[in-house]
Amino acid sequence: MEQLLQQIINGISLGSIYALIALGYTMVYGIIKLINFAHCDIYMIGAYVGYVCMAKLGLGFVPSLFASMLVCTLLGVVIEKIAYKPLRNATRIAALITAIGVSLFLEYTTMFFATPNVRTYPPMTGFMTRTFKFGGIVISSQQILIVLITVILMVLLQLIVKKTRIGKAMRAVSLDKDAAELMGINVDSTISFTFALGSALAGAAGILVGVYYNSINPLMGVLPGLKAFVAAVFGGIGIIPGAMLGGYVIGFIEVMVSGLGYSMYRDAVVFAILILILIVRPAGLLGKNTGEKV
Amino acid sequence: MKRLLNVRPVKGLILLIFTYIIIQLLISVNLINDYLQATLTTICINIILAVSLNLVTGVTGQFSLGHAGFMSIGAYTCALLLLKSPTVPTFLLGTLLGALLASLVGFLVGLPTLRLRGDYLAIATLGMAEIIKIIFINLDEVTNGPRGLSGIPRFVNWTWLFIFTVGIVLLIRNFLRSSHGRACIAIREDEIAAETMGINTTWYKVLAFVIGAFCAGIAGALYASYFYFIKPDLFGFLRSVDILVMVVLGGLGSISGSILAAILLAIISTLLQSFAEVRMILYALSLIVIMIFRPQGLMGTREASLSVFTRLGRLFAVEKGEK
Repeated sequence: MEQLLQQIINGISLGSIYALIALGYTMVYGIIKLINFAHCDIYMIGAYVGYVCMAKLGLGFVPSLFASMLVCTLLGVVIEKIAYKPLRNATRIAALITAIGVSLFLEYTTMFFATPNVRTYPPMTGFMTRTFKFGGIVISSQQILIVLITVILMVLLQLIVKKTRIGKAMRAVSLDKDAAELMGINVDSTISFTFALGSALAGAAGILVGVYYNSINPLMGVLPGLKAFVAAVFGGIGIIPGAMLGGYVIGFIEVMVSGLGYSMYRDAVVFAILILILIVRPAGLLGKNTGEKV
Repeated sequence: MKRLLNVRPVKGLILLIFTYIIIQLLISVNLINDYLQATLTTICINIILAVSLNLVTGVTGQFSLGHAGFMSIGAYTCALLLLKSPTVPTFLLGTLLGALLASLVGFLVGLPTLRLRGDYLAIATLGMAEIIKIIFINLDEVTNGPRGLSGIPRFVNWTWLFIFTVGIVLLIRNFLRSSHGRACIAIREDEIAAETMGINTTWYKVLAFVIGAFCAGIAGALYASYFYFIKPDLFGFLRSVDILVMVVLGGLGSISGSILAAILLAIISTLLQSFAEVRMILYALSLIVIMIFRPQGLMGTREASLSVFTRLGRLFAVEKGEK
């Protein structure tokens, strides 16, 4: 029982990270129907910015978090302007190849400047070193931090999307781009804003992973990126609560499979579940299956 | 009379035999050394992979990101058989068996997932390839896990490469020209309209997928038997992306475009070998630039044909005449 509770807690912290990344995928997909493969590398850049801030500049955790979110936001917007905007009316496959190109570019440029070696975050101080024991269950302060920050960011995101004008514009553009444009919504700036929001969340996820696992490398984004995308598809791509749900479910499944002693197969299980979900409910758990109009 | 003696296939055949003999000669006088031969092999394998993925993605319009998974099945089957008994019949048997196994997996995966559209199918095939890779990593006692298999005997030479490459290209070209190929193109253009016209879309989508997997299996077997060494990482996501890039760069649906892109990319990557650190950065940048400036690919949906040479010939003739 304690074992199970412990796994659930680990699952929640891992799931939070997947959920944070998945939100970026799902928002971008919802608005321009593009699998933004570069998103997972923005998350990697976030981890590196966090590393530079904490290890080289000696900043604390919170300033580093803001710094990496800021850098990632800028990066996301720049990528959108340079690489994706010219392809807005091209075929989907061309846009996808561009996204893969951007992803490879970010990975190998980082590798060029930061070497492919694994780097470790500096040792934590103060609150971050504490662990809390409840009976046999151990909760580290990093786990609490991850869940807390994730929840705050998600609530903020929900508020932005549901309550603000720009959020309303985002929803309108994702529903029907042309109609939104006719109604006087600036589609370009709305898309840029979506990229900015998603990238900021990815940056936060990056630094949280750096603190939690304490090791980062230029290719660290690839697999979590794929799994976060699986999470987004799982919940229904384009649906924000779906991405959160998907992130937590994928996190749980992974931790459970590892806990049962099949950790080598955990990625295979995640992808198998993806294929099953796609076959049974192609629109995802929270999605509505809409027939194609003829 | 003219119709009876249709010259075009004969011309093509002569050109093919000519190419074969010239390269064989160059190899035998060692003008094409081992290093260039490796590039040549890469080109041939890339052509097989690109043309077969083109059938799935370019012609039938089914977005697949898992082609390397099928390739790995072919590679491992052939390698394991060759390590047991290194003879030419085993090589051929291994290639065939690998291709059949790959197409079987293609069928099993394709039947349910081909109901998905566009990006969802891409992600499902990507997941499938990852699962195959993880299985190969974990079947430690059979596949030697992440360390891979080494010391695979080499049976692939230029003759085999030529036979397989030309055979597959002709197979796919003839498929395209048949009514089945037309049905596949119809599915790409508008699936619902094709269905309404009485085309069994599921059957054709699965057929294209299975043929594609079969050819990828052959390419994998050739790869294993030429390069001595295989490991699961060689057939990961990046390899699938490489193949997809060839197809898109050449032009979706254009067989000659795929061949052109396969040759071009192999040459570029050979030239970039000496800049190992920036190779992938340049590759990524060129992907972005090509897609921004020429998203329809080099050839679009057109095909190059021998008439290009005739036209070139005429051009030169005119120039001569003017002089």
